Amino acid sequence: MTSRYINIGRVSELARSAIRIIAPILLALVVGGLILVILGKDPIAYYWYVVKRGLLSWTGFQATLVRTAPLLFVAAGLIVAFRAGIWNLGVDGQFLLAAVLVAAVGSPLNTIIPNWAMICICFILAATIGAIWSLIPAYLKANHGVNEIITTLMMTFIGISLANVLIKIPFNDPATTVPQTVTLAVEDRLPRLFDTIIHHGVILGLLSVLFVHFLMTRTSFGLNLQVVGANPKAAVHAGLNVRFLTYVAFGLSAALAGMGGAVEILGVWGTVRADWDPAYGLLVVPLVFLARFHGIGTIAFVLFFAVLMIGGESASRRLGVPTFFVLVLVGLLLMFLAIVEYLDHRWRQRTT
Amino acid sequence: MALSASDSKIHHTSAIELRGISKFFPGVVANQDITLDIYAGEIHALLGENGAGKSTLISILAGLHRPDAGTIIIGGVERRLGSPRDSLLAGIGTVFQHVLLAPTLSVIENLMLGGSWKNKLDKESARSRFAELCGLLAVTIDPEALVGSLSLGQRQQVEIMRALWRGGERVLILDEPTSMLTPQGVIELGHVMKRLRENGVAIVFVTHKLREAYELCDRISVLRNGAFAGQINPDHGSGMGEEETIEQIIRMMFDKEGQSDSTVDNGGTNVAVRNVFADSQTRSISVAAKEVSTIALPGECGLSAVSFEVARGEIFGIAGIDGNGQKHLAEVLAGQRDLATGQIELDGEDISVLKVSERRDRGFRYLTDDRVGEGIVSDHSVATNLVAKSIGENPYWKYGFTKWRAIFSFARRQIKKYDIRTPSERTSIGRLSGGNIQKALFAREMDDNAEIVLLNKPTYGLDLQNIASARDRIREGASRGITTLLISTELEELIDLADRIGVMYQGQMVGIVEANPGSENRIGSLMTGASLN
Repeated sequence: MTSRYINIGRVSELARSAIRIIAPILLALVVGGLILVILGKDPIAYYWYVVKRGLLSWTGFQATLVRTAPLLFVAAGLIVAFRAGIWNLGVDGQFLLAAVLVAAVGSPLNTIIPNWAMICICFILAATIGAIWSLIPAYLKANHGVNEIITTLMMTFIGISLANVLIKIPFNDPATTVPQTVTLAVEDRLPRLFDTIIHHGVILGLLSVLFVHFLMTRTSFGLNLQVVGANPKAAVHAGLNVRFLTYVAFGLSAALAGMGGAVEILGVWGTVRADWDPAYGLLVVPLVFLARFHGIGTIAFVLFFAVLMIGGESASRRLGVPTFFVLVLVGLLLMFLAIVEYLDHRWRQRTT
Repeated sequence: MALSASDSKIHHTSAIELRGISKFFPGVVANQDITLDIYAGEIHALLGENGAGKSTLISILAGLHRPDAGTIIIGGVERRLGSPRDSLLAGIGTVFQHVLLAPTLSVIENLMLGGSWKNKLDKESARSRFAELCGLLAVTIDPEALVGSLSLGQRQQVEIMRALWRGGERVLILDEPTSMLTPQGVIELGHVMKRLRENGVAIVFVTHKLREAYELCDRISVLRNGAFAGQINPDHGSGMGEEETIEQIIRMMFDKEGQSDSTVDNGGTNVAVRNVFADSQTRSISVAAKEVSTIALPGECGLSAVSFEVARGEIFGIAGIDGNGQKHLAEVLAGQRDLATGQIELDGEDISVLKVSERRDRGFRYLTDDRVGEGIVSDHSVATNLVAKSIGENPYWKYGFTKWRAIFSFARRQIKKYDIRTPSERTSIGRLSGGNIQKALFAREMDDNAEIVLLNKPTYGLDLQNIASARDRIREGASRGITTLLISTELEELIDLADRIGVMYQGQMVGIVEANPGSENRIGSLMTGASLN
């Protein structure tokens, strides 16, 4: 009887998780569709075009996969932080600064050392830069209890400006008219898979999310971080070094975000132009939440989102919808995520 | 107990009459049939142990709780106090134990808070009301000073003003007003209370400190186990002397069923007290605190020069009213808090600088009283919580990798052994009842490698059955040779379980008493500060 009870409990729990994930997506798509109708566009055509260009066409699908690479690294960084109860919303600054530094040193380095060594050094450099950019929020949080949401956002604000300064003054390529760093030659970038445009960064991104998922759920280190995140007082009570773990969680999270920057530069762009800021971090935050910090779930949502981004770009051009309509969908998704979460919480309280 | 002999003195007008007030919470009778008159122009002390029902009673008067039975008569009319606003309108002002002022606002702004939002801030009339109250209380406070810059005593005066600001002219309730004050602050508070009494205000003064009650108050009512236990009139001029009065109050507060007057002096003769400590030949000291002091933040009670020794296998009780330094003592012993001076020894070895985990490795276990706040990680499973203090250790981790299957099967065994009622070992522990959470914490702390356990209020808030099982567990642990330090606010429990009892009062260990039936009064007078001068 007990096992029966547990089984029923698990099944309804699963069903509920499914609803919690699918409901916000459906609601966002429906309301987004209504907005398209108001704009005088055909929502069915828009969504169909998104799927067709983002998923069903071969070039579109490749572009989608390429887009997942930086998103996956950023997502991995967010999973570490969020599971440790740290709201590192500064991934964009960490990402961008790492990207700029990688772009600046990549090309010159490639002339003196082998290509594989340059790529390794660039990844290490990106991780280090990201981690350094999280030091101030980590110190303020660990030693003075300052809310990291504010400090990390501020650091991103500063980081974006600093990146521009770096591009325009010390790392500017004099050979170009637009301020940008020296461009890494296409053949020196991350190697590609077979005959596609998909580079190895996609594989690395997948691995980073899986690694982080394993780290957080199957190791003592991850469990320690989770305890700190879920109840810092309990962590002190259990004798954990909360301060040290806070630094580590910040560092690891920011290092992964920085590596996301490296992947984007070494895999796709080869250079950073002034005022370039894809702001992937804040786009990935709702996805990681939707997946409840679960690695596999996050991969699925990142893929879904990449389809939306790539397909959305073509669909917008074709139907005359502004390109940032994808952002409207993300905004709606976040809103409905919060509402569904709230309703679920209320429902749980009433039933237990 | 016929102690109301002094009622017949003068004719008093009642400010409030409580008639048969009862309040039940699930599983607890907080107030039972309390009948009490508060007279205009008197300072009325309300005394009682933790859990005696004082807080519930003043919450009812403040409009925070509604009584389940009984009536409240104010000025001869029966009133229903359904909300704090009703209480204020009825002329009852309350000053709670913890200061509830906004430190970044000025005194006058704090007093104007809670006014009608429709009206413009009217500083002029507020200022004249402020001057009036300053005159009434005979205090001087700068109305433009930020509350954060005032001393705790001054903040309390502002709190009293706020209670009087709207209403409070009939009855003023002060909930443990002296607990945060310096001796000078207590004297000033005494003046303020007397001024108000002269103006016909009835003051209900809730306290644990007998001497204060005796010195400041006109009448003293004692509650015990939620019921009215007696009343006394400290006749400052004649009749009973101070010592005699205080002794009588202690008896009302702590004696069993109020009929054990005769057993006070000969207690313990009929019980074979297991006393590991007394035999100085065979005893070995397991834990020793030497002149331990801590630094306290405002609102906390730190330790000053606490010393004691506990023998191996002994149950050492630590008694005291809540908030007399027990929390700091527990945390300093567990390694969660730094000590300022002094030394803590485990088996003769100085462990003062060892961390929580290092003390745990030496067999020290701490069962916290803040079960939900720091004891458990409520969103995580029962299984995780059962191993939360040994993350990374064998046998459930190898090279840092978690062996979840082993943890789950270990958890299932513990759930069975400790009778933890949970749907599954994977259920979030936060969804269990308080009693089952406590069982899980017992399971975590009383493991096979435990040598010294520090239990902080282990039965607090549990139902009778869980209390019994927790006590059995403590006894069983001691019989296995575990040294037990038992912090409790319940004297009956300490006397039942402990060999010796150290009593905490204002951060000091003011005495160590052999635990036997009949030592209640001695302990009671130590923990209320009555035996200090």
